Amino acid sequence: MPHIQLNNDAPGIRSLVIYRPDTGKPLYELAQALLRAGSPDSTLSDAERELIAAFVSNQNCTDFCRNSHAAASRYLFGEQASIVDQTLQNPETAPISTKLRTLLTIAERVTADARTVTDDVVATARAEGATDGDIHDTVLIAASFSMYNRYVDGLATLASDDPTDYVAMGERMGTLGYVVPKPN
Amino acid sequence: MPHIDFVPGLPGIRGPMAFSPETARPLNELVNVLLRSNANHPDSTLSAGERELIGTFVSARNDCFFCQTIHGAVASHHLGDTDWSLVQSVKQDYANAAISDKLKALLAVAGSVQQGGKHVTAEQIEKARSEGATDRDIHDTVLIAAAFCMFNRYVDGLDTWAPDSSDLYRYRAQKVAEYGYTHEDHYMPPA
Repeated sequence: MPHIQLNNDAPGIRSLVIYRPDTGKPLYELAQALLRAGSPDSTLSDAERELIAAFVSNQNCTDFCRNSHAAASRYLFGEQASIVDQTLQNPETAPISTKLRTLLTIAERVTADARTVTDDVVATARAEGATDGDIHDTVLIAASFSMYNRYVDGLATLASDDPTDYVAMGERMGTLGYVVPKPN
Repeated sequence: MPHIDFVPGLPGIRGPMAFSPETARPLNELVNVLLRSNANHPDSTLSAGERELIGTFVSARNDCFFCQTIHGAVASHHLGDTDWSLVQSVKQDYANAAISDKLKALLAVAGSVQQGGKHVTAEQIEKARSEGATDRDIHDTVLIAAAFCMFNRYVDGLDTWAPDSSDLYRYRAQKVAEYGYTHEDHYMPPA
């Protein structure tokens, strides 16, 4: 049960943005700007952005965000959807580019303790072709999911255990993006 | 040295915000709504100064120098804490600071959020309620704490530059109190 009265039975962050559209609006606009548009010089695809979000949510043990963003990433990867679960299980052996692997290292460090993002890990990512925009966007995706995860868990919002619920959610996120839901 | 070549001379979060205006817009709007507009809501019992204190406290727990110094300066400005001693005492030992029991209970919630959302307990929420916190206060406390876990990581993850001079933070605090976070103005004092 959520810690406060949300007056709706939507899951996860959706219940919070329906309850509070004043903060929901910038929270969804941030997700849209980061997970869809991205910095002008960024080489990251939408599927990869969703994967970074799912990876950070997995590290923070926030099931709702991990499952929904993993589902969005699978939807966007299409035929290569299995990359998502392979990466969540072990990014070292997953069939992803070395560039993405180095960016996931940066994301992991931002999530654990941002002061551990050293010049070395950034130089390694650059050597693999990461641009300024890739580094910026990776840091802010990891930082913002350190917020979204805490928001969703800190108020004890509801999350479904049924994987099929997330398939529909992933498709909606992959097609419509982040649009503040209307109250039900 | 920052990890990206930001425009020189822009402190803390201002460098990455200038680099990425598309994300800066919702970030500034979020902080403005949370730390300022909502202080005036009829169901809120948290003042702008208390909201800034929560952000400062979480930034101190995350050891983010820039965020704890600027938001500490804004909190002090709002709360008439001219020598910054109140903010210092909240960062060091809030349980014995000269703040209300309600704010202490909300800082306990914020401290748990800083560690991870699942650390927040039903007992902490009950305690905050029994001290007079509304659902709105609890929501805003959790989201302020969560948001500063983002801002702190954004600032430190890119290794941004932070000025040492307390005069600059006092100057900026006055500007923030006057204009809020969504107003475009020249960051540095006139030369």
